[in-house]
Amino acid sequence: MTVVLETRGLVKRFGGLVATNDVSLSVRRGARHALIGPNGAGKTTLINLLTGVLQPSAGQIALDGVDITRLAPHQRVRRGIVRTFQINQLFHELTPLASLALAVSAQMGLARQWWRPLGRDERVAAACASLLTQFRLDDVMNQRVGSLAYGKRRLLEIATAIACKPRVLLLDEPVAGVPAGERQEISETINALPEEVSVLLIEHDMDLVFNFARTVSVLVNGALFAEGDVQSISNDPRVKAVYLGQGDG
Amino acid sequence: MTREDTLTAVRRSLDAATRWRWWEMVLGALAIASWWLVGEHALLANEIAILALFAVSLDLVLGYAGIVSLGHAAFFGLGAYTAALFAKLVTPDPLVGLAAAIAAAAVLGSVSSVLILRGSDLARLMVTLGVALVLYELANKLDWLTGGADGLQGVVMGPLLGRFDFDLYGRTAYGYSLVVLVVCVLIARCVVQSPFGVSLKALRDNRLRAMSIGLSVPWRLAAAYTFAAALAGAAGALLAQTSGFASLDVLDFHRSADVLLVLVIGGTGYLYGGIFGAIAFRLLHDLVSAWTPQYWTFWLGLFLVVLMLIGRDRLVRPWAWWSRS
Repeated sequence: MTVVLETRGLVKRFGGLVATNDVSLSVRRGARHALIGPNGAGKTTLINLLTGVLQPSAGQIALDGVDITRLAPHQRVRRGIVRTFQINQLFHELTPLASLALAVSAQMGLARQWWRPLGRDERVAAACASLLTQFRLDDVMNQRVGSLAYGKRRLLEIATAIACKPRVLLLDEPVAGVPAGERQEISETINALPEEVSVLLIEHDMDLVFNFARTVSVLVNGALFAEGDVQSISNDPRVKAVYLGQGDG
Repeated sequence: MTREDTLTAVRRSLDAATRWRWWEMVLGALAIASWWLVGEHALLANEIAILALFAVSLDLVLGYAGIVSLGHAAFFGLGAYTAALFAKLVTPDPLVGLAAAIAAAAVLGSVSSVLILRGSDLARLMVTLGVALVLYELANKLDWLTGGADGLQGVVMGPLLGRFDFDLYGRTAYGYSLVVLVVCVLIARCVVQSPFGVSLKALRDNRLRAMSIGLSVPWRLAAAYTFAAALAGAAGALLAQTSGFASLDVLDFHRSADVLLVLVIGGTGYLYGGIFGAIAFRLLHDLVSAWTPQYWTFWLGLFLVVLMLIGRDRLVRPWAWWSRS
């Protein structure tokens, strides 16, 4: 399988602290790849480097073999690197429909239009309708996002990312803060993602990781500590020692 | 709901967002009727229309893009001076002068937008204030061009469209300002409902997410700021053209502060706050200062305190006092 997203010798220093230490990671096309590690291992920093929110101190990031290290965050999104956030980042004053219509318009290159109303393009309306149905947000599409229930907001968080037609989707703890009863719905949604989308999952919930992922990378103190398929990682005594053994799962 | 139902509902909701509301139609009808109704108050109505356009312009920056500004008079003043100088040096035709003023203000807007892309709200307040102060002192110093503290004298405007002379009673002036206001509001209405306009609210709400759906935040802020600057320039040009005069007053701090007060009174983020606010502000000013000329700011201050304590909603809709929500 071909590599879609690749980092080479990625380093990020904050003063004396090395948050990302020489990480070379490959995400293959159609991957179901999980990134795990104890708190403070540098998972979020790595995501921020991949999405362009942070600039690396050294190393490169390549998408389909093209260096994207210097691209701005929104340019990377347009090329297909899309993320969700551990803490919901939504447009509270908009409705779910407007949020999705905006994301879809941006993806279609219509977001700079100022002369005709949002969603006037039939393709935008169709894409919004299918996202709203898929994420069961159709009953609340005209409510203010700020007034939605937490579970609905979590779904909208993921729906907004999917609206951007990701080629590589970075899921930052998608079930964080979701009550046990509603986790099923979200993990089903994640499992139902199209096969061609490569997914990098950052997660603490080990059930979700082992259900979903085929490849697991373990990050410890900013460096890649181990990598392999689910079986070998879950049986790796070193991983158990640094991570699973801490009862953090 | 099936997918087909959802698609119908989606289409309906998207269309509903752009539909003309009943009160918008009433406002439009009143705007047209006002031309006959103003009578001898045309000059006052003209001032209101100009202030309304200025406030609508600030609303685009403040209410939509979420950028606080204490120096919006920079664009107003530049528009006023450009229009006045243009009439004096190039051609007295008002529409060409208006276009020149809009262009000048837009250029200043796009150049100075670099300054508002970064930093906190407080930093933006100071930077916008600073730009207005710099322009004020420039207009003061360059007296060979601007007339300095005496103002720009001897601006003679040609007739509007070659037919309508600006008269002493302000009939032509009001008609002109009103038409420009209506045209600008129609354009602004189109813009705020567009993907671009909605994206401004989105990035005000959450910049991180706006970036994460592929929107370039700096470009959008700069474009919004430039557009608003252009409208403020138009408002300034209207003032200079209808009064035949431009002085340092158009760049003064009180202009920036007043227009902010207008939005505080009228409300932000729904496009018409500037219009309602301008009407309320000017009428309040006129009524109170006719009654007590020296102390009108006392009553303005008191009104603002009461407005903030009670809340605009309950003042405008007194029945909301009794609703529970």
